[in-house]
Amino acid sequence: MNKSKHTPTFEASAKAYLSNTQLRKNIGHATHTIREKRKDAVDEMPDWEKLREAGSQIKTRVMRHLDRYLLQLEESVKKAGGHVHWARDAKEANQIIVDLVKQKQVEEVVKVKSITTDEIKLNKALAKEGIQALETDLAELIVQLAEDEPSHILVPAIHKNRAEIRELFRKKLNQKELSDRPEDLAEAARLYLRKKFLNAKVGISGANFGVAETGTVAVVESEGNGRMCTTLPDTLITVMGIEKIIPTWQDFEVFMQLLPRSSTAERMNPYNSFWTGVTDGDGPQEFHLVLLDNGRTNVLKDEVGRQTLHCIRCSACLNVCPVYERTGGHAYNSVYPGPIGAILTPQLKGIEDDGVASLPYASSLCGACYEVCPVKINIPEVLVHLRGKIVDEKKRNGGIKQKTDLEHIGMKMMARAFQSRSRYERGQKLARTGQKLFTKDGTISKLPGQLSGWTAMRDLKPIPDQTFREWWRKRDE
Amino acid sequence: MSDSKSEMLSTIRKALSEVPDSESPGDVELKRDYLQKGKLSQSEIVELFAERVGEYKATVQRVKESNLKKVIAESCKRENVTKLVIPEGFDKELLPVDIDPLFDNLGSPLTHLVLDQSDGVITTCAHAVAQTGTIILDAGEGQGRRALTLVPDYHLCIVREDQIVELIPEGFSAVESSVTKEGRPITFISGPSATSDIELSRVEGVHGPRRLEVLIVKD
Ligand code: SF4
Repeated sequence: MNKSKHTPTFEASAKAYLSNTQLRKNIGHATHTIREKRKDAVDEMPDWEKLREAGSQIKTRVMRHLDRYLLQLEESVKKAGGHVHWARDAKEANQIIVDLVKQKQVEEVVKVKSITTDEIKLNKALAKEGIQALETDLAELIVQLAEDEPSHILVPAIHKNRAEIRELFRKKLNQKELSDRPEDLAEAARLYLRKKFLNAKVGISGANFGVAETGTVAVVESEGNGRMCTTLPDTLITVMGIEKIIPTWQDFEVFMQLLPRSSTAERMNPYNSFWTGVTDGDGPQEFHLVLLDNGRTNVLKDEVGRQTLHCIRCSACLNVCPVYERTGGHAYNSVYPGPIGAILTPQLKGIEDDGVASLPYASSLCGACYEVCPVKINIPEVLVHLRGKIVDEKKRNGGIKQKTDLEHIGMKMMARAFQSRSRYERGQKLARTGQKLFTKDGTISKLPGQLSGWTAMRDLKPIPDQTFREWWRKRDE
Repeated sequence: MSDSKSEMLSTIRKALSEVPDSESPGDVELKRDYLQKGKLSQSEIVELFAERVGEYKATVQRVKESNLKKVIAESCKRENVTKLVIPEGFDKELLPVDIDPLFDNLGSPLTHLVLDQSDGVITTCAHAVAQTGTIILDAGEGQGRRALTLVPDYHLCIVREDQIVELIPEGFSAVESSVTKEGRPITFISGPSATSDIELSRVEGVHGPRRLEVLIVKD
């Protein structure tokens, strides 16, 4: 039995979440707030476009020479006293980590938020061996205590309000007298986790960046739990997707400007830790770096899709996405929600699974994600490219009867329109034309593919003959 | 070579078959035409730094060198700090007389528990960046190991005016050799720790120091 067939389609999940008004309210508030703040943080940078271009160029360079950079990184980390492990897939990565933790004979490890470890389901793998992985980000702790799934890359617990969180802490942290003021809730988490940090023997983290030249690994955060996890334990294990490499220390000057402003919309987030192997008398004396493939080389193989690996997980594309705003993160049935999830998940997992194959349709191709992406990933281009692949795949399986099916023609046309990255503007115009195939009376009454069920419930305003910004302003009025 | 390693590398090479063998990383275009050097005068830089740190809800004071000792004593008093963590290499002359100093050094490091029970820590810094209100620590003289500026609840940091640069690229370049030559850990601190995880309300202070005070010293 192919168990991956069990992933629900985006359409099916979106229906369930559309009826959850609390969730929709929370997500709407979050995306709106961050979106406005991000704009201010970006607008004060006179060289923003140049930074984006440099970020995109550095990542292009890395991907085209990934093998070299990985070898260089390994050598640098080893020279700095760390250990490097290579993991082809989730199973291998988990096995490596489980073995390392078991050697240390501990039953609990402290963890700092990492989508990569969510992706490989590390916590479950550790639990199977009797090891509890304690999530230490406030939001992740909330999600973990609630036995729930994160709904946003940046604010994973955005679907829970303060009253719900208070109830949760009262029950699970044994805090009977607790108000629902965010300050008090944060304080409760601080007290609970502090003991854990001070006694932790093993810490586990993800990585925002790994520098090939020096072996330096970076974790970017706000709460200080990242510093706790990477500083206080004797042993630190870091899981890093192979695409997170940057060539040199100098490259931080680009990414450490792009990431905070795009992500939390701050000039700089409170804490950034950069460590290079191990340092005598300072921090963990044993450091392991696990380099993870788990489908990334599939993405690399596809010359159009490859740019997906440039992603620095800032979540800006989620916050501007009209589809994400209406459906929330859970509808994507993946640890990577929003526009980035819609292009990354199908490439990591393959499009044979119907649920996964529905993701590239979770978009109106408005282009807002591309406009904000700090590393200029042309998400609409990749979406259309993937839709084309899905149509081809379906055709092979007899899913589409005739070459004249609207879906087929529309997708092929848009695929052509988006082919040239440098011609995005023209592409956008053509996409509007492509959309006309499905537009009646000024409303998109039926979108191609799996999203059609979704529009049947709630008519979407079509993408108008104007730029996204103009359209967005109008729909806010 | 482990199986996984050789397999991953060969899969990557196959995936990149369209990249010509003759191409080296440097052949891939990279233009660094963003701002790398600032334009402000030193006094404007200091002004900007003070303003931006302040926006993070840190306490900021500008002090004269001759006044520094007095201001440190006042700050400790105001914050009810008696058990003060002192990193190796910190100038003992500057310490208030009525505190209980906890000296940390490589030979006899303070335990996590002692750090947790302290009232605060005082340090210098390596550099600071005005554009973002960021303090850069590189674990050098007077800054100590990373845990010292993490576990105590109050961090009093001394920044000298000539340590402040204008832009982020200047900050990274200032500590580059600490990393490439000495492999030192680098920490960027921009305001006290914070979270917006609950309904997006910003709460200052979660796990790192909840109170950050910066003394900008004119010499
Ligand atoms: S795709 Fe771009 S905007 Fe979206 S999370 Fe990744 S880097 Fe950010």
